[in-house]
Amino acid sequence: MLILNCPYCGVDAEETELAAGGEAHLKRFGPGSSDSDFHDYLFMRENPKGVHFERWRHANGCGKWFHAARCTQTLEVFGTYSAQVYEPPQEIRDAITAKRPGWTWRGFE
Amino acid sequence: MKHYSAFAVAREALRYHTGWERAWRSPEPKKRYDVIIVGAGGHGLATAYYLGKNYGIQNVAVIEKGWLGGGNTGRNTTIIRSNYLQDPSAAIYEKARSLYEDLSQDLNYNIMFSPRGVIMLAQTQHEIRGYQRTAHANALQGVKTEWIGPERVKELVPIINLEGPRYPVLGGLWQERGGTARHDAVAWGYARACSAMGMDIIQQCEVTGVRSDNGRVIGVDTTKGAIDCDKLGIVVAGHSGQLAEMAGFRLPLEAVALQALVSEPIKPCMDVVVMANTVHGYMSQSDKGEMVIGGGTDGFNNYTQRGSFHHIEETVRALVETFPMISRLKMLRQWGGIVDMTGDRSPILSKTPLQGCFINGGWGTGGFKAIPGSGWGMAQLMATGHSPLTEAFSLDRFKEGRFIDESVAAGVAH
Repeated sequence: MLILNCPYCGVDAEETELAAGGEAHLKRFGPGSSDSDFHDYLFMRENPKGVHFERWRHANGCGKWFHAARCTQTLEVFGTYSAQVYEPPQEIRDAITAKRPGWTWRGFE
Repeated sequence: MKHYSAFAVAREALRYHTGWERAWRSPEPKKRYDVIIVGAGGHGLATAYYLGKNYGIQNVAVIEKGWLGGGNTGRNTTIIRSNYLQDPSAAIYEKARSLYEDLSQDLNYNIMFSPRGVIMLAQTQHEIRGYQRTAHANALQGVKTEWIGPERVKELVPIINLEGPRYPVLGGLWQERGGTARHDAVAWGYARACSAMGMDIIQQCEVTGVRSDNGRVIGVDTTKGAIDCDKLGIVVAGHSGQLAEMAGFRLPLEAVALQALVSEPIKPCMDVVVMANTVHGYMSQSDKGEMVIGGGTDGFNNYTQRGSFHHIEETVRALVETFPMISRLKMLRQWGGIVDMTGDRSPILSKTPLQGCFINGGWGTGGFKAIPGSGWGMAQLMATGHSPLTEAFSLDRFKEGRFIDESVAAGVAH
């Protein structure tokens, strides 16, 4: 079972407490943007086999949204962090590098 | 290829079964093929088969990373139906269902197609309206389905509990010629027929790169060396995204785990397939007597071929309230497959930005039932550049807003 530590209330939340919120750090394109940007924003996801960043909500707990860094190939969790950031913080990136040297994800490394 | 028949069984019985030959060859790859199909699951093998049978293209290789039929073809709940709302879906799924009717004869391989009938239960007022609408749409599409009331449901499924604790059974959408088939046999039958046409099925051979020249595909790199081709078909379900990346384009797909499970075998008690989309579970009884059970997908990206336990719990809970008599059954096996989901929950059968490269994927949770129709349409697309079956499922439909929105009609159990 997937267990994520909620960075807000500190609880190690089991999967049944959590709601998956899809890919993290999306840049939103709306009215006025090009068709191709809008298309990519709506439909194109990274879908990596390996390191992935996601949004989760501690739905049956404190109710807060947060971010998680996870491996989709092994279900290993690298860490969770605040929802109030636009990109993964350095300590999360370092934790991933320690286990997956050379990883990249949408321009981050 | 030696013909399978009652006579062949008798002949072999008389000589201690020493005359059976291997169902398909396991050759080393040649330098070059006209067409390479990546992925020897049902869809890939069916594509190769109809390329040979309908278009005479027999210089074909089907390349498989593991063993043939070892992915989602061997991991589904074997349900076959075509009661879809939208015209393009009804067309391709009904083509598939009608091909399943005499596929055993066509392939000379018993795929055990059992048109036992499929009921999709309506358990809310909304579902009643939805399924009645689907029944009307199916009448216009020439797909034979029927709206039935709760008494008829009880008649067809005596073990059902109409007055469930949460959702009573209010009726259902009944497709009499839907049913099940032996999933492995579908892959094996196509593989044997492809091999008999001289096609090479190359197992234990992983594609590591797609080679192109001037925007046109020229071959693939594999763990057994480079192989040249004129046309390439990518038919790899959960790993479509990885192959597309090698070919230099992206797909609007996300891979998630879908699970199924079977119970211990019991005496025959249910001779139709029942799907309950509101409470979230579906069930049929296999010829061995096991109850074959499927549920929903996990909500997050996953490539591990194993899913979360609480989804099994939800599925079983839903089925126990619908069929109270199964509450004491032990479950024997559980497994997961990686399904590739698109935004509108409909598949992608399409040309790609790389010339000569075609994609067949995104079947999500509903691929098995479509195998013959998908292969038929994909072969037509690859051979002639156009197929009325696959036209609506092109990659550019997302950009153009032409969604084939089946998630409303089919809910979870697509």
